[in-house]
Amino acid sequence: MNHLTPFQTYFLITLLKLVVVLVLTLTAVAYTVLLERKVLGRIQNRWGPSRVGPFGLLQPLADGIKLFLKEDLMPLAVERPLFVLAPVIALGCALISIAVVPFGALTTVKGVDIFQVSDINIGLLVVLGITSIGVYGIALSGWSSNNKYSLLGSLRATAQMISYELALGLSLVGCVMRSQSLRLRDIVDSQSAHGMRSWNVIGGLQIVGFFIYLMAAYAETNRAPFDLPEAESELVAGYHTEYSSMKFAMFFMAEYANMITVACVATLLFFGGASSPFGHLIPDFGGAIVQAVLPIFWFVFKVLCFLFLYIWVRGTLPRFRYDQLMSFGWKFLLPLAMANILVTALVLAIHG
Amino acid sequence: MQLVLFLIFAVLCVAGALNLLFQRHPINSALSLVVVMMSLAVIYWTLGAEFLAAAQVIVYAGAVMVLFVFVVMLLNAGEEERTTGSRAAYIAGIPGVAAILALLTYMFMHERAALGYATLGGSLNHTTSNITEISRVLFTELLLPFEVTSILILVAILGAVVLARKEQ
Repeated sequence: MNHLTPFQTYFLITLLKLVVVLVLTLTAVAYTVLLERKVLGRIQNRWGPSRVGPFGLLQPLADGIKLFLKEDLMPLAVERPLFVLAPVIALGCALISIAVVPFGALTTVKGVDIFQVSDINIGLLVVLGITSIGVYGIALSGWSSNNKYSLLGSLRATAQMISYELALGLSLVGCVMRSQSLRLRDIVDSQSAHGMRSWNVIGGLQIVGFFIYLMAAYAETNRAPFDLPEAESELVAGYHTEYSSMKFAMFFMAEYANMITVACVATLLFFGGASSPFGHLIPDFGGAIVQAVLPIFWFVFKVLCFLFLYIWVRGTLPRFRYDQLMSFGWKFLLPLAMANILVTALVLAIHG
Repeated sequence: MQLVLFLIFAVLCVAGALNLLFQRHPINSALSLVVVMMSLAVIYWTLGAEFLAAAQVIVYAGAVMVLFVFVVMLLNAGEEERTTGSRAAYIAGIPGVAAILALLTYMFMHERAALGYATLGGSLNHTTSNITEISRVLFTELLLPFEVTSILILVAILGAVVLARKEQ
């Protein structure tokens, strides 16, 4: 590699990182769908998909082929450019936020960090910004479909996402105040000193903030118990009623990619990211490669726990009523998040 | 690199602004405005004002414009009719636009030396985050204006609630 300039090395490694992360995220999305169907099946006392491949493991592949081969219907009365653009915005925004997530401990190869696509000093704001742009995908899909069920579904989704975005952003402020940085790597590092004891959710006493985040995030991703935009008993299928084939698949993938992003952010901000829960209790074992891979194992494990919790909640809780949803967000979560910020700031001012 | 980014996003920004004016459907205009705001955010970022860029995306593109789009969707506004326009617009508007453009150009050219070196913080390295700088200025020197603005916004919200409430 000596004949390459530093810029070319940087460019090639970054390109490689992008491809690997994108492929892994899309695979993770496909298998999250399978995980959801399997776990929901077990919760409802049935098997879930079990025919395609061993334990139904090839089911996502079969689903993908099915969606690719379906006819792409385009109703005559749709606003054509926006109708096509909406799923692209939804999926694009869902996939971009993964770029700022640090997956493992800081490991550099030729001066490039290999476990994070881009290390930005306002990483957290970038995630929040992209989440707020993602609303357009849903808003436009409903409006451009020219269908009243789609429009109602997308109005519900948009109103819900705008309302819960505030609580979501405010619930993270406590963690930012503790680590004094918006860079995700700094936030993770500030929690890695004593294992589980220095995680924001336990040692940082951000447990209130964590629960606000969890509830706001479920609403933000339109998942149960806040899945009113897709309430099939009232709205057919919500904002993607008119979509078929790959365009529908893009909305579907966007939903699950958003779940993964939300789980990643929860892991990074409240559960110490890629750091081990035991801290330095267990002596380092294995060589350099094991030490580099172990943090990734912890990160993936924590994200999987969050995804499991998502599915568990969906299998357990019934749907909210719409006015309950709005008053819960504005009258309970938002004041609670503000109180959390005030208390955290006071404690930091006294002790810090 | 910065020049290339500036050229791409400046062209996108101007194209979006023109599209905003020429589109006849309100929702297309609103979306063009989103494009303008996003390209402005990228230009801010290349100038080293990453916090301003993020705030621009989160507040303007993500919240204000979503509400615009929301209202357009709810009102079901149709396409505008194209008219020849009033005579006053031609007589007063075109010279007015030319005058404003000339004034702005003169000011920018005159103050070129001061404008060219405006930096808000370590641009893309991690030396000083400009969030630290902004918050220091905001909560020490400009604390009173900041609090007064907050109260102003609170008054505006209360006013909106009073106006929207139904008579009992």
